[in-house]
Amino acid sequence: MTLTLHAPRIVKTAPLVQVHGVSKSYGPVVALREVAAKVYPGEVLGIVGESGSGKSTLLRMMNLEETPDAGSYTLDLPDVEGNLFDLNRFARRILCATQIGIVYQNPHLGLLMNHSSSGNVAERLLVAGERRFAVLREKAKEALAASEFPLERLDAPPIELSGGMQQRVQLAKAIALAPALLLLDEPTTGLDVSVQALVLDTLKRLQRDRKITMVIVSHDLGVIRTLADRVMVMRRGEVVEAGLVDQIFQDPQHAYTQQLVHAKL
Amino acid sequence: MSLANLTKPWAPMSYGFLDASAKRELRRKMIKSVCVPGCQMPYASREVPMARGWGTGGLQVSLTLINPQITVKVIDQGADDSVNAASIRRFLARVSGAPTTLDTLKADLIQSRHRIPEEVLREDQVLVLQVPNPEPLRSVQPNMSIARQMHGDADYGRMWLQLYEQIVRSGRVMQGASYPSMVNGRHVMTPSPIPRWDVPKLHMAKHLTILSAGREKRIFAVPPFTRVEPLVFDDVPYRVEDHAGLTCSRSGAKGFFMNEIPQSDGTSTYEVSDSEYGVKSIRQRDGETLTMGETWYKDGEMPQ
Amino acid sequence: MTPVLDIRGLSKGFTMHHLGQGFTAFDDISFTVDAGDFVLLKGTNGAGKSTLLRTLYRSYLPQAGEVIFQSAQGEIDLACAADIDITYLRQTEIGFVTQFLVARPRVSAEALVAEPLRLAGVAHHEALETARHWLKTFGVKENLWPAYPTTFSGGEQQKVNLARALIRPHKLLLLDEPTASLDANARAALVQRLADLKAQGTAMIGVFHHPGDVEYLIDRVIDLTPDALVQEERQDVAV
Repeated sequence: MTLTLHAPRIVKTAPLVQVHGVSKSYGPVVALREVAAKVYPGEVLGIVGESGSGKSTLLRMMNLEETPDAGSYTLDLPDVEGNLFDLNRFARRILCATQIGIVYQNPHLGLLMNHSSSGNVAERLLVAGERRFAVLREKAKEALAASEFPLERLDAPPIELSGGMQQRVQLAKAIALAPALLLLDEPTTGLDVSVQALVLDTLKRLQRDRKITMVIVSHDLGVIRTLADRVMVMRRGEVVEAGLVDQIFQDPQHAYTQQLVHAKL
Repeated sequence: MSLANLTKPWAPMSYGFLDASAKRELRRKMIKSVCVPGCQMPYASREVPMARGWGTGGLQVSLTLINPQITVKVIDQGADDSVNAASIRRFLARVSGAPTTLDTLKADLIQSRHRIPEEVLREDQVLVLQVPNPEPLRSVQPNMSIARQMHGDADYGRMWLQLYEQIVRSGRVMQGASYPSMVNGRHVMTPSPIPRWDVPKLHMAKHLTILSAGREKRIFAVPPFTRVEPLVFDDVPYRVEDHAGLTCSRSGAKGFFMNEIPQSDGTSTYEVSDSEYGVKSIRQRDGETLTMGETWYKDGEMPQ
Repeated sequence: MTPVLDIRGLSKGFTMHHLGQGFTAFDDISFTVDAGDFVLLKGTNGAGKSTLLRTLYRSYLPQAGEVIFQSAQGEIDLACAADIDITYLRQTEIGFVTQFLVARPRVSAEALVAEPLRLAGVAHHEALETARHWLKTFGVKENLWPAYPTTFSGGEQQKVNLARALIRPHKLLLLDEPTASLDANARAALVQRLADLKAQGTAMIGVFHHPGDVEYLIDRVIDLTPDALVQEERQDVAV
């Protein structure tokens, strides 16, 4: 119906993230089918879809928590080669710790709830081999400040904090090592609306200041619209449509995308 | 063909109390533990005539290693004359016919609860430490299976995090005894509840150290000349207990690990914890000729 | 001289899948725009003026045709360029002025206006200075500069919108009813800014409900009313 788009001609940088042919089934249930995606450095890719679309599964795979039945996943980084799904557990752990940050919808998954907030951030640095206490303290403060976390609660354990603050600790933890890729799974879902706006704003600011490449999964189109440069629409494990954020919202091509976009209240 | 012909003559017990298969199990696991320094090896822990928690792990190792030529010393918190140490020493002698000693320099095998003697141990000596809880990660990960995986992955981030939080909360590392230490640069172990004072003695030592937990059924070892490095931040140095300036009120020995004895007037006197070293100091002071071994600590400091 | 923009046989339609029907917005449009040209799009409501602008900006995907753009990085067909190239061009060479301000919560008016400069690598302080200058030029009161535009009136929002959209010169500028809800002073400031940009060589394509404001800038008028695709050449042009 529309013209086939060309390969990039002006932007010469290679994509940072390339996902190709990713398929995964759990018994008879097809979670992902031939999913492909590219994310360029500094871009924010939004993945939308309803429950069961496979978007969270895809994100978990990008965080190397699970391997698919088929497919490849590459990151264009120095010293990182080949299909990351083939990495052994040690290489996988190191890569995840240093190059990939993740923020989960449920802070209990991403945080040690009873350790201090600064400790949560410091743990990442410790895993990466930092052994100077002063540096741990300083870098933890920096990351928390960048996530707009109130520093007077630096050492409070996340269990004592509000939902929005917990997400900020997750964010600080995720960016502490300046990873190449930041993954966010419904980062604001479940938060109060006003808090959502604040967290979104922090994410936007972070992205602009640090040019972090992000992949955000959300069923909330408002979140995607605010943060994403490009959008991928998923349905029942397949990518149904992908394009610039304004194009997907203003001129959706696929029937499902049209449904999704028009359903927004 | 009779039962008598087919079997060995009845004996009330094996040499060294443990039967052959028990000793074989312990030997094998000890060798394994020496091969992977600091890594806990599970073993089938046998019943001995002592309740769990009283040193059954150490006892099983000693019983396996013992022979009539080996001289044995047993201490408990540094003292040979505590009830426990005395009982174990007497038991070892009775079931093996091995000679016993109180002098560290004369011992071939030293079984100890929670202390390392002050006199430097030699290549031909073996130190057996009793371990109540062999898992250094227990406080951060109570689940054994996950803890094992963490050791396998050398994933000690949570351990370091605990030390970080101790400094944040209390201004210093609160870990007293059982200071988690990295062995051979690969596995983190607990050196058993020896004081911080004693941990540096294990680093690049000439002697072999075997650590055994009977109730928890784990053995691990520090082979001779192996690195043992307490987990410390680069900018927060390892500190031992402040005993450098203390003098033993009975023997006059100075700058060794002391037991504090509170007095009725509120003050404290100190006695050197390595009791036999104290005794030797007294005897030497009283004019007797005897050999005082070279000590790890000199003038209250351990030279690097 | 090669035109900055060469549109050939551009067609756009929409398919409403749930209705099982579609319609054509515009069909087989061709025209060129040179540097410094000001092209006015004319036509009855629903003739596809806005749609054409959005198709050129790639908010809409065309069905057929070419949109050859002479970017600083070389010639490129916007109709089928890769998303990442379009994003790049939007950040650097192609601007779009709409009636709608995308205000974000807790982002001040001056921060919003400064953002395109920040994205281009301009230092924070300098970008802010320039942003304030343009807010002033468009008549936004100083006490509103650090305020959040989400609470502004339509007119004030539009001024912020314009300041942000016009703060950086572009090679190609698309304007979709930018004067809506503006007071006379702001309209004048807008027209002046457009005149300056035009003089600097920006090619412009605009939809104006009241073209009277920009009358003296117009080089050409293109009427999108079907069956009336006529191009008028304007002789009395101020270049």
